[in-house]
Amino acid sequence: MLITFKRVLKFAWKDFSRNRANNFAAIFVLVIPILLATALLVFQGVSTSVVSQIKEKIDVTAYFKSGATEDDVLNVKTELLKLSSEIKEVQYVSKEKALQDFTERHKDNPDFLNALEEVGGNPFLASLNIKTEAPLQYEKVTSFLTAGPFSQFIEKVDYSQKKDTIEKIFSITSSINKFGFALGAVLFLIAILVVLNTIKLAVDSSREEITAMRLVGASNWFIRGPFIIQGAICGFAALLICMVISGLAAYFLSSAVAVLVSGFNLFGYFISNFWTILLIQIIFGVVLGALASFILVRTYLKI
Amino acid sequence: MISFKNVTKIYPPNTVVLDNISFEIKTGEFVSIVGKSGAGKTTLIRLLLGLEEPTSGEITFRESNVLHTKRQQLQELRQKMGVVYQDYKLLTNKTVHENIAYVMAVIGEEDEKIDREVREILEITGLSEKANNFPNELSGGEQQRLAVARAIVNQPDVVIADEPTGNLDPYNSYEVVALLKKIHDNGNTVILATHDKEIINKLGERVITLDDGRIIRDDLEGKFIL
Repeated sequence: MLITFKRVLKFAWKDFSRNRANNFAAIFVLVIPILLATALLVFQGVSTSVVSQIKEKIDVTAYFKSGATEDDVLNVKTELLKLSSEIKEVQYVSKEKALQDFTERHKDNPDFLNALEEVGGNPFLASLNIKTEAPLQYEKVTSFLTAGPFSQFIEKVDYSQKKDTIEKIFSITSSINKFGFALGAVLFLIAILVVLNTIKLAVDSSREEITAMRLVGASNWFIRGPFIIQGAICGFAALLICMVISGLAAYFLSSAVAVLVSGFNLFGYFISNFWTILLIQIIFGVVLGALASFILVRTYLKI
Repeated sequence: MISFKNVTKIYPPNTVVLDNISFEIKTGEFVSIVGKSGAGKTTLIRLLLGLEEPTSGEITFRESNVLHTKRQQLQELRQKMGVVYQDYKLLTNKTVHENIAYVMAVIGEEDEKIDREVREILEITGLSEKANNFPNELSGGEQQRLAVARAIVNQPDVVIADEPTGNLDPYNSYEVVALLKKIHDNGNTVILATHDKEIINKLGERVITLDDGRIIRDDLEGKFIL
């Protein structure tokens, strides 16, 4: 058994080094699906980051009438937190804090400060800033505030103004996601067909050899073993190429991507997902190469 | 050792290649199968190797029914037959040495034994100088000798040669037949399919004559009569 395995490895390596042209073609063709699979993973990472950033920015602000006391506001805050476990955070912003924030934000802009002075006093309202786990919860929060027992204290809830924008952004993101994956899947399928075809050419050129091996009494595994290992070697070589390409691309494109998707560090993502990327590249390189050889050699073993 | 019992082979729709053939070959015999081109010699060998199935009849090799043998066992049967094919069927991606070593590796021989016996057989067949060449770098005669070397290296139960001299000049033909004779003298069974009259007449061994898919003669010390 061991001696057979050793021989299969030896044959595989010899055949690999003798069929350089075919194998180089196979390696470079295998690079395509591996890179595509890696790109899809990165694309998914980018879109997840975009969605979570949007989610992070979405909130509902309830402004309280000027007559509402701090106790009333805090009471509403307590009730809100009881409303649903999906309410992530409720932040109380008092009238004074709102004024302070505004002044701080516009300290370099005298126009705003002048306008504030002209109005006189503190024109801001106390507010509660609410964040939930899922965007759908905002609807519930809004109706609780506007139609519930505390509606008398509420001046306005700004969700309805943001609603359209929020829904639009989510629909665009999910469309881009769907389109990206559909396009990726199609390209991927094409890439696999090209891989199968290239390896088929390599196996076809050994068709007579395979027949001759069957005729001298070689077992199926003794014949197909070297082909499978050659496929795996090609896949492994393609994997190394892809690792270098994707690593360099992540490194050099990192700053450009950070401009497009603020806060997304491409190279950091590459490093932190290194093992996942490596696993995907192994599956689409080594496994695909070996599997394609296995399937294609089988056709010629039927004598 | 080998028996064909009422074997018929018909290719669709109705081309009869072998018509109710029956014969037996005993261990240690040298049997020539002769006939014109298309008489059914190659089909007969293909049936024996399990490369094709007969339309009817039974073929046994060492008590195993070739027709009802599973793939794995069929491969084991093939290991016991050394075959020289009309078109050589050499492993084009392997060197002369590796071509011969391959059939020994198939049956799991040790590396030292493979190396020693391959060298011996290369010596016998006069291919030592070409050990590291690939088949396409050999002449027709050398390829033929390589095919013979590969067929006999495992000392199989039977050596089957299908038109081994078909593409050779008289000198090379004589060499190949002499090699087969030597194998036979060592006690091996040899089956030689040919349409070369001179070779058969010189051998003076058993001759089965095929014509239009039927056996028309089976002589123990036969001549080429057609």
